Formats: sequence, C-alpha cells, structure tokens
Amino acid sequence: MGQQLLNAIFFGSIYALFAVGYTLVFGILDILNLAHSAVFMFGAAITYSLVVNHGQSFWVACVLGVGACAVMGLVIEHVCLRPLRRRRAPPIAALISTIGLALIIVAAIEQGRPGTFFAWLWVDGANSVSFPPAAVPNPTWHVAGLTLEASRIAIIPISIVLMLVLGYVMRYTQVGRGLRAVAENPRAARLMGLNVDRMITLTLVISSALGGVAGILFGVSLGDISPYIGRDNVEVRGLAVIVLGGMGSIPGAVVGGYLLGLIELIALLARGSSARDGIAFAALFLMLVLRPQGLFGAQLREKV
Amino acid sequence: MDFITQLLTDPIGFYNSHTLLIANIGINSILAASMFVVLYSGQLSLAAPGFMAIGAYTSVLMELYWRTPLALDIAAGTALASVVALLVGLSVLRLRGVFLAIATIGFIEALRLGVILNLPITGEGLGLQNPKADPLGGVNMVLVALVLVVFLLWRLTKGRLGHAWSAIRQDELAAMSQGIDVARYKMLAFILSAALAAFAGGLEAHLNFFVDPGDAQYGVTRAVQVLTFAVLGGSGNIFGPVVGALFLTTLPEILRFQGFNYRDIVSGVILIAVIIFRPQGIVGRGGLAIIRPRWWPRAQVSAPSPG
Repeated sequence: MGQQLLNAIFFGSIYALFAVGYTLVFGILDILNLAHSAVFMFGAAITYSLVVNHGQSFWVACVLGVGACAVMGLVIEHVCLRPLRRRRAPPIAALISTIGLALIIVAAIEQGRPGTFFAWLWVDGANSVSFPPAAVPNPTWHVAGLTLEASRIAIIPISIVLMLVLGYVMRYTQVGRGLRAVAENPRAARLMGLNVDRMITLTLVISSALGGVAGILFGVSLGDISPYIGRDNVEVRGLAVIVLGGMGSIPGAVVGGYLLGLIELIALLARGSSARDGIAFAALFLMLVLRPQGLFGAQLREKV
Repeated sequence: MDFITQLLTDPIGFYNSHTLLIANIGINSILAASMFVVLYSGQLSLAAPGFMAIGAYTSVLMELYWRTPLALDIAAGTALASVVALLVGLSVLRLRGVFLAIATIGFIEALRLGVILNLPITGEGLGLQNPKADPLGGVNMVLVALVLVVFLLWRLTKGRLGHAWSAIRQDELAAMSQGIDVARYKMLAFILSAALAAFAGGLEAHLNFFVDPGDAQYGVTRAVQVLTFAVLGGSGNIFGPVVGALFLTTLPEILRFQGFNYRDIVSGVILIAVIIFRPQGIVGRGGLAIIRPRWWPRAQVSAPSPG
C-alpha cells in the first residue's frame, strides 16, 4: 500500500511535468501540441543513445537530451505553427501539422537500426531498452518495508522545483508578463511592442524542454525506453491531466497530474489493473461534463 | 511505382489484387464522412471510433449468438450506437472545441478500456472471432454503401438541415438569434455521425475475421486518423473528407518501394506540407481554384473549416 502510494506520487510527478508543457502551449496559443508526447519520447531516446551508443556520461547526456528537445521546440514552431499563423489557418490545422511532426519523430526513432540513415540517433528499432545499471547512479534504500530508489525519489523534488521556477517566471518576471500578455490577446500584445513570434517560440522551447525532462525521468526510473513510450503512457493521459486541472492553468496541471496518479491508484486497488485506465478516462469524462473549466480553470470562455 | 502503373494500365487486375485496400478506402471514407457531419455543424467530436466499436461488436455478437442476417446485424449496431449517441450527446454537447474533443476521447477510451476490455462477452483483450466474415464479397457492399452515404450527405448539406448546421458552425449565437434550434441540430449531427460510424464499424467487422479491441482500431489513434482524413481533405463539403481518406489510405501503398524504410517519415512530411499549403484542406474553400477555367462559375458559399 505504501509502495503503491509512492508509485502514484511518482507517476503523478511525471504526468504533471509532462502536462505543464502541454498546458503552457495551450494557454498561450490555444493549440493542442500533439507532438509533445513525441518530444517526451525523443528526450528519453536521445539521452539513452548518448549514454549507451556514444559513450557520454549520464549527466552530459541529460543536458544534451534536454537541449535536443528544446531544439525540437524550435522545429515545432518554425515548421508546424508559424507557417500556419502566417496564413491565418484555423487552429485545427495546427493540430494536424503537429500530428505530422509526431509521426516523423516516432518514425525516425523507429527506423534507427545499425546501418540505417538514423543509426547515429538510435539503434534499437522498435525495441524497448533500459539504461545499463552501471551508467546511471541509482542508490536504493529500504525503509520501513518500502523500496526507495534514488531515481524515483529524485523525480518528485525535480518536478516540484521546475514547476515552482516556471510559476515564478510566469508570474513575476518581464518575460512571464510578456507571455501572459500574448496569451490574453496576441494582437494587443503586438501593438504594445511585444515580439509575439519570439514569445511563442520561447513558449515552445520551454514546453518541449520540460517534456524532454519528463521523458528522461520516465526512461531512467521505469527502465522502458522505446519509440512508443510517449504515445502509450502520456499522450492521452496528458490531456486528462490538463482537463482535470483546467485548460491552460499551470498549477492546475500540477494538481491534475497528482490527481490522475491518485485516481489510477484507487482504480487499481478497487478493480485491478485491467480497469485502471478505463476508470481514469471515465473520471476525465465526468469531470468535463460536471465541471468543464477544471479545478483551477477560470470561467469558460465563449469560444469555438 | 508498380502500384500506379498497374492502376493505369490494368484497372480490373488492380481491383482484383487490391480488394483489401479498396475496402479500407471505402470504410475510411465512410468514417471520414461521419467526422464530416460533426465538423460541418461546428463540433470537434472525436467519438467516431467508440461508436464504430459499438457497431462492430453488436453486429458480430448478434451473428455469433443469434445467427441473424447481416443487414439486421448492422442495422441493430447502428440503432444501438444512435441511442448511445443520444445519451452521450445529452451530456457532452454543451462543450465546445477542444473540450468536446477531449470529452469524446474520454468516452471512447472509457468504453474501450473500461467496458470492452472487461466484459466476458466481448472476449476482453483477446477480441472476437468472426467466422462468417467475407473479405472478398464485402468490398462491393462497402463501395455501394459509400456511394449512398456520400449522396445522402451531399443532399443533406444542400438542404435545410445542412444550412442550419453551416449557420451553427459559422456563428452559434447568430444562428440562435435567427431562430435555429441549436441544441437540436447539434444533437442531430452527433447522432447521424454516430450512426455512420457504427455503420462503418459493422461493415468493417464483416470484412475481417477478427474484431480487435486495439488502440489502432477503436482508440485515440483511430480517432486522430479519422480527424486527419476530414481536415486534410477539407470539411467544407462532403467530397473533401472522402478525398482525404482516399489520399491518406493510398499514400502508404504508393510509398511502398522495395527496401524503402522511411514511409512514415515521408507520410509525415507530406501531411505537414499539405496542411501548410492548403490549411482549408485539399478540397477546401476555393476548391479547385488552381485548375478551374476562368469561365466556370465560382462557388457561391465559402465554407471555412471549423475549429
């Protein structure tokens, strides 16, 4: 029971960290960035590849992995979103272009086998791999019948610190004010002399870097890195989290993440593992029907 | 390239050797048409795979247990899906945009992971065997059904119902002030869309010997795929989604070269390129403006994509 509660908190942290990036983009652009789960996977895959195939130390690999995800944020903005903004396309078009990018990222990793064009990126094809135990420092303690692995425990402070920093930046700094202004009204923000394109680029870079951190933490502590971890573990759950917390709200995404972890735990204890996901989605559905603005959302805006 | 060569030089041989692909195009087109109905009335609903699952499981189970004729099976599946759509619609249709999309995702995943994977009668995670399936004969039925569905929707969008949907999509408040019963017309669109999806599901179950409750079949992956058909093709008129389904279902086959492993990458690049250069869809607003001769009359109503 204690161990499972710990797991729930651990999964909750991953969901929260992932969903913060999701909700940041939604809050500012009103667009669901469906490439976010691919970026999550990309971070884990790049870090693994740097450690195992390129012989880098784990910490260097982490930094480079997060950096690669930040660059992927630039790609999302310049390839998928900016051309559509220029053409004043409906928001749904951005949904499709980010799906296209997610398809490309997953396929590139999936095709990475020795001797192929993507071998420098990834060599395990569609297989699931895990970090060799020697590569990652991971002391393990046994306290009161609980197994505490450093990699899992570390996730909680890392997530909380990152989210606090993000919250501080959004609330108290000049950049954060700019971002909130763009979220409120891009046109007015531009008239006030803000560089809206740069703000949006920054949003995507931050969001993708957070997604990458979540992916690395997931890959390290679960020992499951494959081209499909984003799609299978966080893509839809991330949606559930941002809805539970309120679309576009950062504290909401954090609370929603832990709430989803808790709901899954309760479902697991009550009905067994086969019902876990079903109950989580039923909760999502009920939440939307009963309180569409989420726990922390403002009054729902009249928007299509 | 064999694919296109054969299509151009030997259409009958092509039809006989690609029955499965043609049947898939037909099924996907009907699904895209189901998505079209909700998009045309301004609702971003992703519930199609859920209703598809209801149609497929109902028809196969009736076949297995009661040995009823196929037409009755599919009709029962469609009817059941319509009833479920009424109940679901009552609770979710006041949501808009992305919220509706996520609520319907919650519905389909709760149905798939919570109900279908946990009921003994649906074979749980193992799926259902359907020994009466007819993959070869079914294709003609699918094509006839597709033509009927497209004709029906084409007529509907030209009529009173279509104009009401169009008005709601463009401005719900304005539509309401013109005396259009917004809630009722939205509900009609939702139910019609569910019925079409269940119909497609029943047909698809008849084409395969096995009903598989996987994500790619009745989950979010399928929902996103169907949405892509409709948006990429353009949801301003019924032909857009059909063109989108045709294009995206055929694309992987066209890209199937010997020793070419980057199919998905090229598909992704093409997807992004098409949506960037034609954000309103392939058959979107302004339709075939590029190839239309000057003397051809312009379309009167411009229909932007919803969303």
